[in-house]
Amino acid sequence: MSVLIFIDSADGHVKKASYEALSYGAQLAKQMGTSAEGVVLGTVQDDLTALGKYGISKVHQVEDAAFNQLDAQQYTKAIAAVAQSTGATVIVLSNNVTGKAIGPRLSARLKAGLVAGAIGLPDTSSGFRVRKGVFSGKAFANVDVTTPVKIVAVSPNSFSVIAGEGTAEKVAFAYTAEAPKVKVTATNKVTGQVPLSEAELVVSGGRGLKGPENWGMIEELAGLLGAATACSRAVADAHWRPHHEHVGQTGGTITPNLYIAVGISGAIQHLAGVNRSKVIVVINKDPEAPFFKAADYGIVGDAFEVVPKMIQEVKKLKGIA
Amino acid sequence: MKILVCISKTPDTTAKIAFTDNNTKFVTDGVQWIINPYDEWYALVRAIELKEKDPSTVIHLVTVGGADAEPIIRKALALGGDEAIRVNADSSDSFYIASQIADVAKQGGYDLVLTGKETIDYNGSSIGGMVAELLDIPFVSWATKFDLNGTVATINREIEGGEETCEVSLPVAVSCQKGVAEQRIPNMKGIMGARTKPLKVVEPVAADALTTVASFELPPAKQGVKLVDAENVGELIRLLHEEAKVI
Ligand SMILES: Cc1cc2nc3c(=O)[nH]c(=O)nc-3n(C[C@H](O)[C@H](O)[C@H](O)COP(=O)(O)OP(=O)(O)OC[C@H]3O[C@@H](n4cnc5c(N)ncnc54)[C@H](O)[C@@H]3O)c2cc1C
Ligand SMILES: Nc1ncnc2c1ncn2[C@@H]1O[C@H](COP(=O)(O)O)[C@@H](O)[C@H]1O
Repeated sequence: MSVLIFIDSADGHVKKASYEALSYGAQLAKQMGTSAEGVVLGTVQDDLTALGKYGISKVHQVEDAAFNQLDAQQYTKAIAAVAQSTGATVIVLSNNVTGKAIGPRLSARLKAGLVAGAIGLPDTSSGFRVRKGVFSGKAFANVDVTTPVKIVAVSPNSFSVIAGEGTAEKVAFAYTAEAPKVKVTATNKVTGQVPLSEAELVVSGGRGLKGPENWGMIEELAGLLGAATACSRAVADAHWRPHHEHVGQTGGTITPNLYIAVGISGAIQHLAGVNRSKVIVVINKDPEAPFFKAADYGIVGDAFEVVPKMIQEVKKLKGIA
Repeated sequence: MKILVCISKTPDTTAKIAFTDNNTKFVTDGVQWIINPYDEWYALVRAIELKEKDPSTVIHLVTVGGADAEPIIRKALALGGDEAIRVNADSSDSFYIASQIADVAKQGGYDLVLTGKETIDYNGSSIGGMVAELLDIPFVSWATKFDLNGTVATINREIEGGEETCEVSLPVAVSCQKGVAEQRIPNMKGIMGARTKPLKVVEPVAADALTTVASFELPPAKQGVKLVDAENVGELIRLLHEEAKVI
């Protein structure tokens, strides 16, 4: 009996979402009175023994370059092999893009019930019950996992990273990787920016900003806060901003700690993508804008006056004159 | 080329979400049911586009659900597709549903299985990957672009902060999101034609449910928005820093 955490990496580095998964898995192991171990696939430059500070005792690694690109089928086989050899009864991973590809496969392979998008630690007092978001952020479901092995995919940004002291023992796991069937031929990453899916803070603009030429202040505010930028669908459809920035039912779903919506009306399809943000701030000149009903803080005012003042105030706060 | 498109029935995005029977059942009164948007706009439309390019393509639709799913599957047939299969079973467990779809897929021998990126009610994003594992074929999730060149698919998929392009030989299962295709409106010819397209009802195969939903909960009501005067922007920043502690 143990908890096995899949540590996702990209370009040789452990992803932020994995620190959350590690912290979650370690807390769960503590709660269940057992140990937590990690599994890493592929080559990683980061010091894996340092992951001990998140509460794991061992890291199993299959250091084969075949895993440097994601083929969910091959990843699944390898993680399943590690889980079976370590006798893991719970597998934890992030419900990030990689997790969404391998979690379901692992579930089918191991006949292990999966909760995809968990937002809190399981209730293990009698059974194994996990809360997840359903109805696109409008409700939660408490899901009972009834199989001997359980899989939990933790919703990104829903569990805080908990770091303490400790080192993990690095163990090479003997496994012969098959050639991946999915071959990555090109990667197109927006560089120098916080990826929207991983961002803790997001500044987003809507049609109220009148045109793409007015995004300078949105970018400046985001830059000062270390936030990612996003937009409404109306804005992406008008080609004011690239489509990957569009959030909502047809765009991305994000769960940042702070979502600042400027000049966005707050249509239900937009809210579907952002309503799980911890704190929502709405800047809109119309006091009747529906977004205010979903907001924690708001200013009824003209974005072209309010946002420059926000920039000044954030500069003051950060000690930038 | 044979394509299987997985179609699910979901409440309309604007449906009121409420629960009854001790929070164990979703209140369906007055709810309008639609084809899960990702299944319709992206998976199904892309399949139709592939058939328009290569008319020898055969598109089958599959849904796992009760008789109440039939209007949805007919609507999907009106958009396109040659025939539909309804597996007559009601279950909310992803693995059970995936087992039914995998069985249909095995019997039909499809080159391509397309799903939406997730259902907008359960948000599992799980069925495609499970079906792929049960069929032992590759799975590419959250595709933003899908092209076929003979028996090789070129797919763009979402990664953190961008996209990557990958190539995979058929058969493959793919979950589709925005970018893969553009939403279409069914035309009169399609709607008339859908009435005579075959809709087969098959009984489920034996399969386990690995999870059960014990109860639902609505999120606690927002405290109500705290409004700050537009002349006092500094106060907003102070609140975000000191009270909400997010900056
Ligand atoms: C099936 C379907 C799916 C959809 N999916 C999505 C989705 O994924 N994401 C999405 O965002 N939308 C989606 N939509 C569209 C959605 O319904 C709205 O139309 C869209 O979100 C509106 O964008 P907006 O708020 O930027 O623009 P508007 O609705 O035009 O709102 C602009 C807002 O700016 C305010 N404003 C104007 N000037 C100023 C100013 N100077 N200062 C401050 N405020 C100002 C106005 O008061 C108004 O509230 C979808 C719609 C449908 C039917
Ligand atoms: N009952 C069902 N019948 C057929 N396909 C389904 C069903 N449920 C889900 N799917 C497909 O699987 C995808 C992902 O669903 P989910 O894993 O529930 O988020 C959906 O977009 C559909 O394409």
